[in-house]
Amino acid sequence: MKVAVLGATKGMGRALARRMAQRGDAVALLGRDRGDLERSARDLEVRGGARVGIAICDLERPETFAPALEAAEMALGGLDTVVVTAGLFAAQDRLEADPELARRLLLVDFTNTVAFCEEARRRLLARGGGTLCVFSSVAGERGRKPVVLYGAAKAGLTRYLEGLDHRFRAAGLRTVCVKPGFVRTSMTDGLPTPPFAGEPEGVARRVLRAIDAGTPVVYAPAAWRGIMLLIRLLPRFVMRRVGF
Amino acid sequence: MAGTPLADRILAFESATGRLRAEAGFSLFDLNRVFLARGFCAPVAPGTQFITLGGMVAADVHGKNHHRDGCFGRHVTRLRMRVGDGTIVECSPEHECDLFRATLGGMGLTGHILEVECRLMPIPSPWIWRESERIADIDRFIEALKEAGPRWPYTMGWIDCLSRGRGLGRGILMRGRWAERAEAPSDPPRPRRRPAIPFVFPGWVISRASVRAFNSLYYHRHRTGVKRGIVHPESFLYPLDVIRHWNRMYGPRGFTQYQCVLPDTAGHGAARRFLELLTSRGGASMLCVIKDCGDEGPGLLSFPLKGISIALDIPIRDDTQSLVDALNELVIAEGGRIYLAKDAFTRPDHFRAMEPRLPEWTRIRRHWDPQGQLRSAQSVRILGDRP
Ligand SMILES: Cc1cc2nc3c(=O)[nH]c(=O)nc-3n(C[C@H](O)[C@H](O)[C@H](O)COP(=O)(O)OP(=O)(O)OC[C@H]3O[C@@H](n4cnc5c(N)ncnc54)[C@H](O)[C@@H]3O)c2cc1C
Ligand SMILES: NC(=O)c1ccc[n+]([C@@H]2O[C@H](COP(=O)([O-])OP(=O)(O)OC[C@H]3O[C@@H](n4cnc5c(N)ncnc54)[C@H](OP(=O)(O)O)[C@@H]3O)[C@@H](O)[C@H]2O)c1
Repeated sequence: MKVAVLGATKGMGRALARRMAQRGDAVALLGRDRGDLERSARDLEVRGGARVGIAICDLERPETFAPALEAAEMALGGLDTVVVTAGLFAAQDRLEADPELARRLLLVDFTNTVAFCEEARRRLLARGGGTLCVFSSVAGERGRKPVVLYGAAKAGLTRYLEGLDHRFRAAGLRTVCVKPGFVRTSMTDGLPTPPFAGEPEGVARRVLRAIDAGTPVVYAPAAWRGIMLLIRLLPRFVMRRVGF
Repeated sequence: MAGTPLADRILAFESATGRLRAEAGFSLFDLNRVFLARGFCAPVAPGTQFITLGGMVAADVHGKNHHRDGCFGRHVTRLRMRVGDGTIVECSPEHECDLFRATLGGMGLTGHILEVECRLMPIPSPWIWRESERIADIDRFIEALKEAGPRWPYTMGWIDCLSRGRGLGRGILMRGRWAERAEAPSDPPRPRRRPAIPFVFPGWVISRASVRAFNSLYYHRHRTGVKRGIVHPESFLYPLDVIRHWNRMYGPRGFTQYQCVLPDTAGHGAARRFLELLTSRGGASMLCVIKDCGDEGPGLLSFPLKGISIALDIPIRDDTQSLVDALNELVIAEGGRIYLAKDAFTRPDHFRAMEPRLPEWTRIRRHWDPQGQLRSAQSVRILGDRP
């Protein structure tokens, strides 16, 4: 696999990039901090043995998208997979108190993520196809009190990925939409840990299998598939009462 | 308490020298996964792999090879730390060596460790050659440990600390080394599945009777004579890690750990006196671990000194404080000391009596953190820091 990963400096992206490097995939890292990208690249190089390229790409700066993917294609000598784990999270209370932060979150998690995916889609299709794997969230499944804004952005992203998959699968572009449940990473550091919380390594194992198989939707950890099935079935008046 | 589990990247590795540099949250578990198959192991072999480089420095951990290779700190070549006022400092045995020595075993109180550079050890294969032997009592146990020391890199023993009289301190001695390539299976050891203790056991499960039965079964299951053969490295190095949430066995009140070292200069009798006190007080510990320690290292608050270390689990009961006090008084009288990484009950005056090195360490700590920014629940209890 020749894969570019946006968001591998931390969390699930880091764990996924490690798994890919360890099994011998060629990896290029996209992210916003050069020093941090270099540290992550060294980590993958020791674990995997092969050189790891880096390129600056910031979801808040759409002008970085095309040059970053271009640089990744050069470093990898091709490109057949793009992974996006980058994203922004903030608690609903904070977002309500800070409209500027809310606007940024909607921009990063929806508009700019979609713009980045569009750039990746064009490049993959120009090469005859490939896999685009993007991390959305179980927060996009229902409108819920603690994740009104974040959930809305992720819901939009999920729908976009679904449409993309329907539209371009026949042309060779496989879209994998990952819906993590609660996973212990820097994003959730400090939050109380609910039942069925997962670890990035377990998520990475499951997601890599989905990428290999081209599975369009994957819940991780697996238990969240059943949990979300139940939550989707809950009538509206129940959702209005519960706190989660 | 400090910790860095989210910072777990390898920053550099030189296979010619075994030199590794990594963020402090890099775990021993990950280290084993990445490096055993490449012919390198950690320089020390503690009883669990679910610890980080930062924690290994902060407690200056020791392992089954302490009698030969000392503590982790002996193999650390450089540290990058954030000290009390927020500045970043690099220290090593040559540079800012006071800070370096005070950080080894300093329980995170001298600064937040960000990066650790250390030397890994080359190994011929990732499998272990193990020998185990049943030993009838404490005196013979210490002799057997001291005799195995010069020939075996890894030694340790499990002792039954409920049996009294002639069987006082009976148990099983383990000796091990990395298997030579010709002896070892050709494929690398596969990661092992770990069953979990599913729920907190009721408090009565760990009683004197059940522990006595378990310890006795464990002892008698081992035939007399020596058992030897190739084993999985995890089963030799981390027998306790095999069961997740093993602490749940001890019931809702949980347990505390206690570990002390009794100097060789106090004679073999010291370990016997310790066990006599423990058994007379009936502190129902499952098997406890006995270990031969080598010389004291550079760490200013590092635990080991030349002697015999004994580590136990003590289920929490109403009299736990008085049991720990009694054990500590004996340890002080024998010239030994306790391991801070396992301690939850020691009184400040007892700790001071065990640690003539404390004033020197405190001076260095104050130099680097004059405002006393870095504190822990333990430093409040034992060192009198403000809460
Ligand atoms: C089953 C079991 C077996 C064990 N066997 C052994 C053994 O054989 N030999 C031995 O020596 N020890 C042993 N220990 C103790 C263990 O090795 C130490 O407690 C070690 O410090 C734990 O490391 P950790 O990374 O989990 O750190 P934590 O448990 O999170 O923290 C331990 C201490 O290290 C400090 N610390 C952690 N990370 C940092 C950092 N980045 N910067 C500054 N300070 C930091 C904390 O403040 C704290 O004081 C054992 C423990 C268990 C549970
Ligand atoms: N953790 C969970 O429980 C959970 C649950 C559901 C969904 N998710 C989703 O899963 C994905 C991964 O989450 P995680 O927990 O692994 O997160 P994480 O540990 O916080 O890592 C996020 C990654 O995204 C990068 N990033 C953030 N903003 C960026 C930007 N503007 N430009 C470029 N990169 C940026 C970060 O880079 P820096 O290192 O530069 O900060 C980091 O590498 C996210 O999309 C998240 O919304 C997570």
